Amino acid sequence: MSAYTSTLGGERHRFDSLARLLAAASPERSGDRLAGLAASSAQERVAARWALAEVPLATFLAEPVIPYETDDVTRLILDTHDTAAFAPVAGMTVGELREWLLSEAADATALAALAPGLTPEMVAAVSKLMGNADLVAVARKVRVVTAFRSTIGLPGRLATRLQPNHPTDDPAGVAAALLDGLLLGSGDAVIGINPATDSPKAVRQLLELLDGVIARYAIPTQSCVLCHVTTSVDLMERGAPVDLVFQSIAGTQAANASFGVTLSLLDEAHEAVRALGRGTVGSQAMYFETGQGSALSADAHHGVDQQTVEARAYAVARRYDPLLVNTVVGFIGPEYLYDGRQILRAALEDHFCGKLLGLPMGLDICYTNHADADDDDVATMLTMLGVAGASFVICTPGGDDIMLNYQSASYHDALYLRQVLGLRPAPEFEAWLASIGLLDERGGIREVTSHPLTAIGREVAA
Amino acid sequence: MTQLPAPTGDLALWSALRRHTQARIGLGRAGSALPTRHRLELQAAHAAARDAVHSPFEPDAVAAELTGMPTVRVRSAAPDRLTYLQRPDLGRRLDATDRAHLPVGEWDAVFVIADGLSSRAVHEHAAAVVRETVARLASWSIAPVVLAEQARVALGDDVAHAMGAAMVVVLVGERPGMSAADSLGAYLTYGPRPGTTTDADRNCLSNIRPPLGLPYETAAAKLAGLMGRARELRRTGVALKDDSDAPTALT
Repeated sequence: MSAYTSTLGGERHRFDSLARLLAAASPERSGDRLAGLAASSAQERVAARWALAEVPLATFLAEPVIPYETDDVTRLILDTHDTAAFAPVAGMTVGELREWLLSEAADATALAALAPGLTPEMVAAVSKLMGNADLVAVARKVRVVTAFRSTIGLPGRLATRLQPNHPTDDPAGVAAALLDGLLLGSGDAVIGINPATDSPKAVRQLLELLDGVIARYAIPTQSCVLCHVTTSVDLMERGAPVDLVFQSIAGTQAANASFGVTLSLLDEAHEAVRALGRGTVGSQAMYFETGQGSALSADAHHGVDQQTVEARAYAVARRYDPLLVNTVVGFIGPEYLYDGRQILRAALEDHFCGKLLGLPMGLDICYTNHADADDDDVATMLTMLGVAGASFVICTPGGDDIMLNYQSASYHDALYLRQVLGLRPAPEFEAWLASIGLLDERGGIREVTSHPLTAIGREVAA
Repeated sequence: MTQLPAPTGDLALWSALRRHTQARIGLGRAGSALPTRHRLELQAAHAAARDAVHSPFEPDAVAAELTGMPTVRVRSAAPDRLTYLQRPDLGRRLDATDRAHLPVGEWDAVFVIADGLSSRAVHEHAAAVVRETVARLASWSIAPVVLAEQARVALGDDVAHAMGAAMVVVLVGERPGMSAADSLGAYLTYGPRPGTTTDADRNCLSNIRPPLGLPYETAAAKLAGLMGRARELRRTGVALKDDSDAPTALT
C-alpha cells in the first residue's frame, strides 16, 4: 500500500493509504468525524485534496479501498470494470478528470460512453475536488433515461415519487394521501409506500390497493411497496401485483448483510421481476434506495469515508439496470450529516456520483428534526438539484411524513420546481394529466375543487 | 391564526378523509405554494419538534413527580447538546465520575429516565409511567430511579451494570416528528453488558403519549408483564415476544 504526501504552508502531510487520503479530502461531515476518519484540520483537508488531485485514475484499479478478497462489492467493481470505456481517461489524474468533466468535450454522449469505465472510488475522488456548482454543472450534462410504464430522465422533465405513507398501513389513510398527490400532479416516477410492517399480507394488501387504482384510472405509472427483497420474491411467487422490486443497499458486503441482502439474492429478485413483464414502455423494474451513513451505522465501513462508501452502493445498483435509484439524503440524522449545509453537499455529491456511474438518480430531499435544517434547506436543495437535472424527487403531503417522522419535499414543492425551471412530468403521465383535465394551458397542474379522481377518496370516506 | 382564510377545495371531502390519516392532505394552494395558514402551521409543528430536541432536561421536576421514590442524577460522556447530537457513542456511556457515585445493590430492576431526543416527552410522561409500572411490581426490589442527561438508550446498560441491577428499563424521549414531539419510548433489557448488548437484546414499547398514543396504564401493564417474563426467561429481545398486538419497534 502506498503512502500519499503533499506540502502545504511549509508543512508536509502524509496519508498512509488511498482510503485515508479520500477520507481526509472529504468536506467536513459529522459522520466522518464520528468514524475517526475526518481530516484533523482545515489545512490537512486541503493538503489531502492537493495530493488526491495528483493520483492517477489507474491507481484506483490497482489499490482497492476495501480488499478484493474480503468484500463482494469490491469484486463486483473490479470484475465488471470496462477497460475499453475507461480508455479515454485512462491516462488522467483525478485533477485532470475534474477539468475534462467540466470541459465541453465531456458532452452527454461522451459521458454515457464513459460510465462503465468509471469506478465508484474514481467518481467519489473527483467529487471531492469539485465545488457545489461543479457538481451541478457536470451532473446536468449526464442523461440517463429509463422506462417501465412511464419514461424517466428525459431532458426538461422532472418526475416525482408519490409517497402516501401511513403509520398503520390503513388502506383508507393511504388512499386519502394518494388522492391528494394525484390531484397535485404527482406520481409519475412511482407511487411508493414505506409499509409500517414487512408482513407479506400487509404488503400485498397495499400492492393490490395501488394496482387497483392504477388500473381503474389507467395511470401510466408503477407502484412499489418498499418491503424487503425476500418479501417481494415471496409475493411474486404467489402472484401478487408487483411492478418494481425494491431494496435498500449499501456500499460494502457487510453493510448489505446488515440489510439482509446479498448480490445473489438481488440477482434472483431481478430475474423474477423481469419475468413478470408488467412494464409497457420499458422493462427496467428495480428500485434502490441508498444514503450516506448506513455503512458506518452498521459498523461496516472498513475505514472508508461515508461518501466513498455511498458511491460504492451505486456499483451494486447499476448491476441491476434499475428504473429508479434515490439517495435518502438527510434521513439518518445529524450524527452523519449535521446541518442543512452538510445535507446539501451530500445531496449534490450523491446525485453527481450516481449519474456519472450511469444511474437514474433521484433524491429524497429530507431532514429529521434533530438536524439543524428546515424547509428553506429543502427549497435550496430542490432548486439546485432541479438545475442539476435530477430524474425525480420524493414528495409527501405537506412535506411531513407521518409514518417515518421526517420531513421531505411536498407535492407543492414539486409544482414549484416544475414551474420555475420549466420542467414537465414524464411524457406518458403528462398526457394522462391532460386527458383527465388536470393540465392547464401552460403545462402546470390545474387547481380543482372537484374532480372525478375524488371518487378514490369518496369510497374511502363513505 | 384563525383570521387567515380557510383552505379552499372540496371541504366536506377532505374533512371526511382526515378522519383516516394525520397526513397533511387537501391543503389547497397559493399559486404552486402552500396557503399562508398551512405554511405557518408546518412551521409551528417544526418549531415544537426543534424545541423538544433542544429544551434542557429538568431532572428536578421529574424527581418531584416521582413522589417518595429515591432518585440519582447522572450525565453521559457527552458534555453538551451539540456534542450529544453528533456523537451517539458518547451518549451511550456514563460520565466516569457519575458512574463511581452510583449506589450498588442486589436489585431486580432499575428504571432510567433518559432525555434522549425529546426532554419534553420525558417531562410529560416518564414519571407517570414509572409510578404506574412500579405499582405493579409489589414484590420487586427496585433501585433508585436514575435521571440521565444527554443520554441514549444504551446508557442504561452502563447504569445497570454499575449498580448491579438484573434488568433495566430505559424511558427515553423519541426522535420528534412534526406530528408528535412528545413521544416516549420504553426499552427493557435483561442482564445488559455495556459494549456487547445490542438492540436485538431489547424489547421496546414506543409512542407512549396519551391521549393520542399509548396510555400510561397500558404501557405500564405491558412493561410489568414483559419484566415478569424476562425474569423467568432470564432474557429479553427477539426471544421475548410482546404477545399483545400493540405496535412495537426499535427506533
